[in-house]
Amino acid sequence: MAEELMLDLRNIHKSFFIGTPNEFEVLHGINFTVNKGEFVSIVGQSGSGKSTLMNIIGALDRPTEGEYTLDGVDIEKAKDHELSALRNKKIGFVFQTYNLIARTNALKNVELPMMYAGMSRGERTDRARMLLEQVGMKDRMHHNPDELSGGQKQRVAIARAMANDPAIILADEPTGALDSATGRLIMDIFHKLHEEQGKTIVLITHSPELSQETERIITLKDGTIMGETAGNWPAIKAKEGM
Amino acid sequence: MLFTENILVALAGLKANIMRSLLTMLGIIIGIASVIAIMTVGNSITLIVNSTMQELGANNLEMGVSQKSQDSGESENGMNFGTGYVRDMTDDDLITKDMLKSFKEKYPDDVKYMLISESVGQGGQVSRGSKNANVKITGYNADYVKFSDLDMVAGRQFLNQDYEMGKKVCMVSDKLVERVFKGDSDAALGQMIEVKTGGDYYDYYIVGVYEYVANQFSFGASDNPTTDVYIPLETARIANHTQNKGYSYLTLVTSINTDNDTFANTVRDYFNVNYYSRNDAYEVMVISMASMMDSMNTMISMIQLALSVIAGISLVVGGIGVMNIMLVSITERTKEIGTRKALGATNSSIRLQFITESVVICIIGGIIGIIFGILLGTFAVKLMGYEAAVSIQSIIIAVAFSMAIGVFFGYYPANKAAKLNPIDALRYE
Repeated sequence: MAEELMLDLRNIHKSFFIGTPNEFEVLHGINFTVNKGEFVSIVGQSGSGKSTLMNIIGALDRPTEGEYTLDGVDIEKAKDHELSALRNKKIGFVFQTYNLIARTNALKNVELPMMYAGMSRGERTDRARMLLEQVGMKDRMHHNPDELSGGQKQRVAIARAMANDPAIILADEPTGALDSATGRLIMDIFHKLHEEQGKTIVLITHSPELSQETERIITLKDGTIMGETAGNWPAIKAKEGM
Repeated sequence: MLFTENILVALAGLKANIMRSLLTMLGIIIGIASVIAIMTVGNSITLIVNSTMQELGANNLEMGVSQKSQDSGESENGMNFGTGYVRDMTDDDLITKDMLKSFKEKYPDDVKYMLISESVGQGGQVSRGSKNANVKITGYNADYVKFSDLDMVAGRQFLNQDYEMGKKVCMVSDKLVERVFKGDSDAALGQMIEVKTGGDYYDYYIVGVYEYVANQFSFGASDNPTTDVYIPLETARIANHTQNKGYSYLTLVTSINTDNDTFANTVRDYFNVNYYSRNDAYEVMVISMASMMDSMNTMISMIQLALSVIAGISLVVGGIGVMNIMLVSITERTKEIGTRKALGATNSSIRLQFITESVVICIIGGIIGIIFGILLGTFAVKLMGYEAAVSIQSIIIAVAFSMAIGVFFGYYPANKAAKLNPIDALRYE
């Protein structure tokens, strides 16, 4: 596979309370890249700065210093509304707490990013159905989030993340609130998206065990990258014959 | 596209918190309902007053003897005793026939008719055997009868000698004939009727039967309406023992080409300069019906406006209620806002979503308010015994106004939501 850069972070610094006596730096110069089609995990204990890093990767926040390019787009030069468009089209978020919109059924939840992208109603409904079918939620697509189990909610959230066919899926502790069997199911969906559709996935987790399921592991500690190691995924894949 | 979605989201939100939504709308409902009710009542009253006045003749000048205005009665040392005692009106203060005659000769082109009427007693009854009919005896001068333009069913109108000699003749309505003479008008002609009013009895010979036209504002269709028994003015004055006196009040009908506002002044000056300059307490006053109608309408709309403004205050209170609930709703939904932003919602689409929501609350409240207002206003007007006239204009204004409240009081909360930092919003618990 031709190595094509999807994420390129160079010397990323992030400070809070800039210009006040409380100013402190959370990220101290992060450098790493993610290639297109890669399944990478970022592992770190709480307080290691992984949430801050995720916010920067997800274009929810801007670095104080450094350069960040996402699929060829220079983030620090983008205006606010351009960042909105970027999040909409290039990034698919999967949150630990699902973050489905209440009182809105699964189908409408999946349609939401497509609505913000300006897709026509018929087109987005068709696509939302197709995506929900892919994650095995076809028969529950007219249910509201409060009628769904945690695993079902997360599957809807994954379908939603896929709505605008993003360049990268950014999953923040996607199995953190699920029991291990359901968590397994969710991880299988990620692997399927990775293997069958060639999606670039960045998994953020505190669990070293879960990170082993990816191709490459980036370990974060105290706002610095401690090292990169290869994950076990190629081996697991070979063993399971996928 | 986003627009319909926003409305659906707003409606779903309202449905989820139905009690809260209703309470929030209450301020708007009460405000709009009271404004609409006030407008409906005011509108109906204006219509009633206008058509009553139109019926009386908008081209008329009302003239009468009245007290001299206060500022002309200043005493020598400059002190004004105008509020003090004013002597009673005497026969010498009245407008005489001679005055009217020379007046008419002076302005033959402007004065079309001079209407003078005088009633005899209060309402009374005509009885014949077991049958009776309600009547009112009024004496009219020849001009008045001509001006009334009666449709005669049978017989004739008064002759000159009837007027001049005060003959005991009358014209009655076909309603009276229907009740008292079994509807046979020809049989009624030449008959004498006896009218009882108060304790007095008056006898008149029927010379004509006119077609009764129901007053459009008489309440309900009675089968025994009070109709006019027309008698010559002189006859009435003889009955009242006023035949040698002048008149205190009459109506001038001017010709179409006459400018009534100017002519009112001309008439006043004519009488006051020629006849009343030496009168110590009384003078002639002339009012044009058109200007009276104008000032009446202005007054009604001023009152209406003032009441509406007061009612409008409750709309402001209602708007603040909406703003308050929107702020609560946004705090509750901080995480949703963060999620929407992460999914690609721009600031302006978040703003639009929440403004839509507040406008939806206000419009629903407004519509409920309009319904209540119309019911309330109609009920009030019916209680007064009239037909209600709902103003379409006020409904359009009410809808537009509730929309404006929605935008105005929704903007601040919506803008606050739009400006939320996505990270803070996502992290909010």
